[in-house]
Amino acid sequence: MKTVYLDNNATTMVAPEVFDAMAPFFSERYGNPSSMHSFGGNVARDVARAREHVAALLGAAPQEIVFTSGGTESDSTAILSALATMPHRKEIVATRVEHPAILNLCKHLARFKGYTVRWLSVDKDGMLDMDEVRSKITDQTAVVSVMWANNETGVIFPIQRIAEAAAEHGALMHTDAVQAVGKIPMDLASTDVSLLALSGHKFHGPKGIGALYVRKGTRFSPFVIGGHQEADRRGGTTNVPGVVGIGEAARLALAAIHDEYQRVGAMRDRLQEGLLQTIPSARVNGKIGSRLPNTLNIAFEFVEGEAILMRMDDKGICASSGSACTSGSLEPSHVLRAMGVPFTAVHGSIRFSLSRYTTDDEISYVIAELPGIIEFLRELSPFGKEFLDAACRVQ
Amino acid sequence: MWEYSEKLKDHFFHPRNVGEIKDYDAVGEVGSLACGDALKLFLKIDPESDKIVDARFQTFGCGSAIASSSALTEMIKGKTVDEALKITNQDIAEFLGGLPEEKMHCSVMGRDAFHAAVACYRDEPTPREQLEGNLVCECFGVTDEQIKKEVRENNLTTVEQVTHYTKAGGGCGLCHEKIEELIAQVRGEHGKEGAEVRKPVKAMTNIQKIAKIQEVVEAEIRPLLQRDGGDVELVDVDGNTVSVALRGMCTSCPSSQLTKSGIESKLRELVHPDLIVEEVAG
Repeated sequence: MKTVYLDNNATTMVAPEVFDAMAPFFSERYGNPSSMHSFGGNVARDVARAREHVAALLGAAPQEIVFTSGGTESDSTAILSALATMPHRKEIVATRVEHPAILNLCKHLARFKGYTVRWLSVDKDGMLDMDEVRSKITDQTAVVSVMWANNETGVIFPIQRIAEAAAEHGALMHTDAVQAVGKIPMDLASTDVSLLALSGHKFHGPKGIGALYVRKGTRFSPFVIGGHQEADRRGGTTNVPGVVGIGEAARLALAAIHDEYQRVGAMRDRLQEGLLQTIPSARVNGKIGSRLPNTLNIAFEFVEGEAILMRMDDKGICASSGSACTSGSLEPSHVLRAMGVPFTAVHGSIRFSLSRYTTDDEISYVIAELPGIIEFLRELSPFGKEFLDAACRVQ
Repeated sequence: MWEYSEKLKDHFFHPRNVGEIKDYDAVGEVGSLACGDALKLFLKIDPESDKIVDARFQTFGCGSAIASSSALTEMIKGKTVDEALKITNQDIAEFLGGLPEEKMHCSVMGRDAFHAAVACYRDEPTPREQLEGNLVCECFGVTDEQIKKEVRENNLTTVEQVTHYTKAGGGCGLCHEKIEELIAQVRGEHGKEGAEVRKPVKAMTNIQKIAKIQEVVEAEIRPLLQRDGGDVELVDVDGNTVSVALRGMCTSCPSSQLTKSGIESKLRELVHPDLIVEEVAG
């Protein structure tokens, strides 16, 4: 059975070009770029080239890129650095829909380190209210942390407008851009963003490598303390294969970024329309028209997400769910709850996330298979029969 | 991803006895759309023999909720109501070849739906009504009496386990302390109940106690386990703590936790009520 992989916001396939670019650095070119001999020193050139590729993808300068172990380390480094360099400010502003890398860090800082977190809410479409954003940022704010795009719904936030509001109060702007980098064009040089986190494996690079953008002139305090690597900003021997891999992935992503927006966006829209037309009582979570081009979060009322995923898995279709049962916790996704998705729909929310390797045939296959799955589970369900029958009669 | 058994997957992909019974004799409902799972169970009962002649279900929920419902209907069909009432949530889990610990509440939901249906049939208050008590977990609407019941029946010892079995404490977490108190309360009860039924315990020297434990392990416990392809070895006795190592089938058995508590209750019954059994790597 063929695998139809529509879970690219969880992780992506390593691009074949990325894999080939990394291979020599495991075998014949295993040198340490910090070494004083040419065997190692030559590797430093490849690391430098990778840094240029990542910088180009962001519209930044190579010196502004610090390689890390991934998105979570970059997020922790950014927030803790901002707090360390602004010791007189004790407040953080963050959205309620942040990834756990930010969310749980903020909760930890509030609980154990005496910081105050001012949470930003979202509306039913997953959008921020700029008036609320402006009212929560004060002269006490050390850092404002807003994700560039939400991982569950794909909703994109107005990062530059928020960064301007932060700058007005002298606060640093950090953005967790793990889902946005490589999917939408960026030009950090023309923004007020101070810090930005990204992760390699979300755009066809390897796992275990990420980067932190630190705007030139931003005061910085390292998180991983050790050797002089990364210009004293992150200790630890350079993960050369990872760095070369993320560099090549950045180069490919930049070349494909318009294709992603148009071709991938068109496939996502076809999937969305196909499912809305064939499955009654389905609704899209997240503002249509303000999302990443690859993400579709769709709720099927009166059915439960894990059951949908298991039956899709049986057909080779990979996606993920905001339902409680898939996470091991008993609560559905914090993002969908923050949006106030009604309880009839929140447990039956499924996220499809495409990539540039997704094909039209795969989209057609999902549109053909999913209605039967939802119908089967609704037949099993004690709920919603009257509602669904009524909906049918109206049509 | 959950590790589901083949049998569970079979019951999920091919659920038995799905649907309604129009002229049902009893119906039991538990759960809600808001909580993320719910089960509605319909029964047809022969009034002469008190036998369950048909059982059907409708379930909204995850894979293990649907499979637990399907398993329940298969288990109760053909039994008398009284026989079927003896089925525990552990029996449902075992029928399915085990459930992940985090999913045990699905088996509890199955048992509760059946008990609710029987209460409806016999015109008695439903078990949840009997267990009304005070609300402890506001996120999932679980009362202290419900929690105490599962702690007793499933021998739960941690807040995490209580959450896996009842969902209580799985939301905001504000009730965790209260759940801890309830666990301690039930544990205390065990002591008291034991005190009422137990014969006066003769003071024993350590050597006498060890000899008696050895005797009970050899004569009462090992033969039982060996029958199922398992075995147990007495490793150490330190005060009231008895360390044992499970062998053979027992080590890989998903119910080794049950085996351990079984050994403990046997030793408490026959040697001393204060004994605690600990499993050590053999």
